[in-house]
Amino acid sequence: MGCGTSIAVENQTHPSETAIKAAILIQRWYRRYVAHLEMRRRYTWNIFQSIEYAGEQDQLQLSSFFSFMLDNFTHMNGNGPDLISHLLDSVVDPLTEEVRQLKYEQIVVPESYCGPRLSFPLSVTDTNALLSAFKEEQTLHGKYVLQLLYETKKFLKQMPNIIYLSTSYAKEITICGDLHGRLDDLLLIFYKNGLPSAENPYIFNGDFVDRGKKSTEIIIILFAFLLLYPDHMHLNRGNHEDHIMNLRYGFTREVMQKYKTHGREMLQLLQDVFSLLPLATVIDNKVLIVHGGISDKIDLDFLSTVERHKVKSALRLPKRSVDHLNVHANIRSSSRQSGRSRLDSPCSSGRTSRASRRRKKHITKQGSCSSSSSSSSSSSSVCSPRVSSRNTSRRPPPSPSLPSPTDVLQVPFLDSFVSLEPPEPPRDELERQQVVDILWSDPKNQSGCSPNSFRGGGCYFGPDVTQALLQKHGLCLLIRSHECKQEGYELCHNGQVITIFSASNYYEEGSNRGAYVKLGPELVPRFFQYQVSRSTRKLTLHQRVCVAEGSALRALKEKLYAHRSDLMAAFQQYDIDNTGRISTSEWAQVVESVLRLDLPWRTLRPRLARLGADGNVEYESCFEDISPGEPIPPVTPNLAETLYRYRTDLEIIFNIIDKDHSGQISIEEFRQTWKLFSSHLGVAVNDQTIDDMARSIDFNKDGSIDFNEFLEAFRVVHKLVIKEQQQG
Amino acid sequence: EVTETSKKSIVTFSEIHHFLLSDTIITETQKRISNAFDVFDHESNKTVDVREIGTIIRSLGCFPSEADLHDIIAELEEEEPTGFVRYEKFLPTMTKILLERKFRPITEDLLLQAFEVLDQQKKGHLEPEELTKYLTQEGEPFTQEEMDEMLSAAVDPDKNVILYKDFVSMMTFDDTR
Repeated sequence: MGCGTSIAVENQTHPSETAIKAAILIQRWYRRYVAHLEMRRRYTWNIFQSIEYAGEQDQLQLSSFFSFMLDNFTHMNGNGPDLISHLLDSVVDPLTEEVRQLKYEQIVVPESYCGPRLSFPLSVTDTNALLSAFKEEQTLHGKYVLQLLYETKKFLKQMPNIIYLSTSYAKEITICGDLHGRLDDLLLIFYKNGLPSAENPYIFNGDFVDRGKKSTEIIIILFAFLLLYPDHMHLNRGNHEDHIMNLRYGFTREVMQKYKTHGREMLQLLQDVFSLLPLATVIDNKVLIVHGGISDKIDLDFLSTVERHKVKSALRLPKRSVDHLNVHANIRSSSRQSGRSRLDSPCSSGRTSRASRRRKKHITKQGSCSSSSSSSSSSSSVCSPRVSSRNTSRRPPPSPSLPSPTDVLQVPFLDSFVSLEPPEPPRDELERQQVVDILWSDPKNQSGCSPNSFRGGGCYFGPDVTQALLQKHGLCLLIRSHECKQEGYELCHNGQVITIFSASNYYEEGSNRGAYVKLGPELVPRFFQYQVSRSTRKLTLHQRVCVAEGSALRALKEKLYAHRSDLMAAFQQYDIDNTGRISTSEWAQVVESVLRLDLPWRTLRPRLARLGADGNVEYESCFEDISPGEPIPPVTPNLAETLYRYRTDLEIIFNIIDKDHSGQISIEEFRQTWKLFSSHLGVAVNDQTIDDMARSIDFNKDGSIDFNEFLEAFRVVHKLVIKEQQQG
Repeated sequence: EVTETSKKSIVTFSEIHHFLLSDTIITETQKRISNAFDVFDHESNKTVDVREIGTIIRSLGCFPSEADLHDIIAELEEEEPTGFVRYEKFLPTMTKILLERKFRPITEDLLLQAFEVLDQQKKGHLEPEELTKYLTQEGEPFTQEEMDEMLSAAVDPDKNVILYKDFVSMMTFDDTR
């Protein structure tokens, strides 16, 4: 290759044969380099998605934990914190509408406040002021937020469930997908596509809040435009417009942090506002727009009669009544038996032989669903609580007086089952199902309709289901959101379904683009993509991949850490001679079965664990980069791991206990809650340990615990990140 | 009886035969292939889009040319091309490619030599236009996107030239991470 001396006269326009060969070699090499990066980008994506969906399934677990609390409430002799009433009491509002309006008007805004001052009815001045203020990172005063929410609620009450629009009055309608608190994306859309107006109508298809840090700003802007242009601005409800989801995914926290005085009242108003958001939009009687998707049970005519405001949350909480508690106690014994028989069913496989009650099952993504026990944060096999009714063929709903074991809902939670009698009458149940299906379903490529076990709610619907529904109502297209797509949008079901997702860099900088779609009178969709960038300098492909990959791998390592004991126990089973090493196959098998994330573990292995000289995996090296932060002294490593794994749940529960959202709970409340939670987890912690822990957490010895500090103590630390920070 | 092959570049039939009989090698190789395939199997039904085949093969460590890929894909496609490749067809083809060590890696040295060939005046660097001309017009030409992407990583922002020696070391380092 490349003997320069043998090249005679080199003509500029006719490169020599060697030069051509050199070019081919470089091209071959470079394409392989890019493919390697593409592979890394793709599995990074898989990691983010798997972890995200695994997290969403914990919703089910939390819901069943609340049911468990209800079960055990009577055993607490009223000494425990009144968690149930915190949760279940809907907004008990002693104020009438006029009194409430007056109350807000009377809130005094200090002179020193230099943010926007809204006046109702809103005008373009107000919306412009809001946009400028938020670009400057200002916060809207609580008074105006309350007034805005209140007006929005009044407005939404008169809206139907399904809104029918026409393109004949405007050139094109713009449809945006999930924003998830990403204000930059919303502002970028407005910049590229113009603000909402009579000539420029918009539909926002749900999931405005949670995850991102500017959910409050987003809903303020969206609601303001809604009130300003009621005929040209339309909002569909998403599955995150749900107060229980908000507890988990950050919106509640954001509101409480930004609005210490009025936050609680805002959240109460938001509960109503969210449940009053319309469920669907139809354009020209041809295009259906919903947040999640459809199911084989969806009927638009029925859907339009549903009392949508009743479905405050997709997570069903049992009604609180004495009768119900009694019935519960009776059912519990019978259903636990049937629960156990399910666990022993022949389908179980891949058990780790621990002496504990934990039993595991591997379920494929196809959703061949059977019930199983699950560990939190990693389960990929928790079933929708409606699995019993779905798997049987079209049986009528059971009569409440004779609940047979198969019809009682078996809600798996950790190592046991909690029974949950469907508390609502059949009609309400059907209505709820329709709403949940609309908000939670995902399209898939196989035919049919099956429970969405990945998410724990809604369905997977196939092209035949889409075809049937579109035909039934004379429609030609379904536009939905709900799933992050690398290019911001995706078509499926032979072009009959469009997924549109508007939060760019959703998982991490460089992970994906955002997009919006425009429809004119000919109803041909036009897509527009964008990507918000944190830095002004354009990153190379390699840099983008590395940033996203680093983030995904860190998240994955945290998962490994959170299950360290289980993983080590399983590794050691293969390592009979105690060499500290097992084969790659064995390593991959263990990790897959313990974490239950469907990922290409063999491809990921080089990034997670080291090989020894003999080519086998040194399994302890998985945990090297991660260590706990400063642990609180009386806490054992095992407990630390448990607390780390369940910290999100604990946070939610603390948030509920903390009635006035002060960030503090009493030691007694903490103790009772922890006792309850840990007894269910099967973590043996005696009273003395809890007392010691509580006392040591109370840093300023005033009898109350700042639980944010408490949770901080159990955060894990990435050693490499620390090192970089120290060197940088 | 695996013969010493460190000096030879040809693998003898008996060596291949030996490999093929070794279960462990087969299983490990197959698992690698399966893992790589799964990353692109979006519908979890053991098929991938035919347009991803190149990426999969390359990510398994092979350096085929576009022409090579063209031939492989022709082999893998169905009688009636569906746009998808099934795992059952992919596995034996890919196993053979890996075991036969076809499309062997391009080393850092070789890559450097290739750049040196293009640097006719032996400047020690290449102008962006020079490189662009070669790579977008000769051999198996780059698309504009491929070219832009390479330039964004290759061009030294201060001097506006491609210091190919540094570039090659950096890229090979990145690649092995």
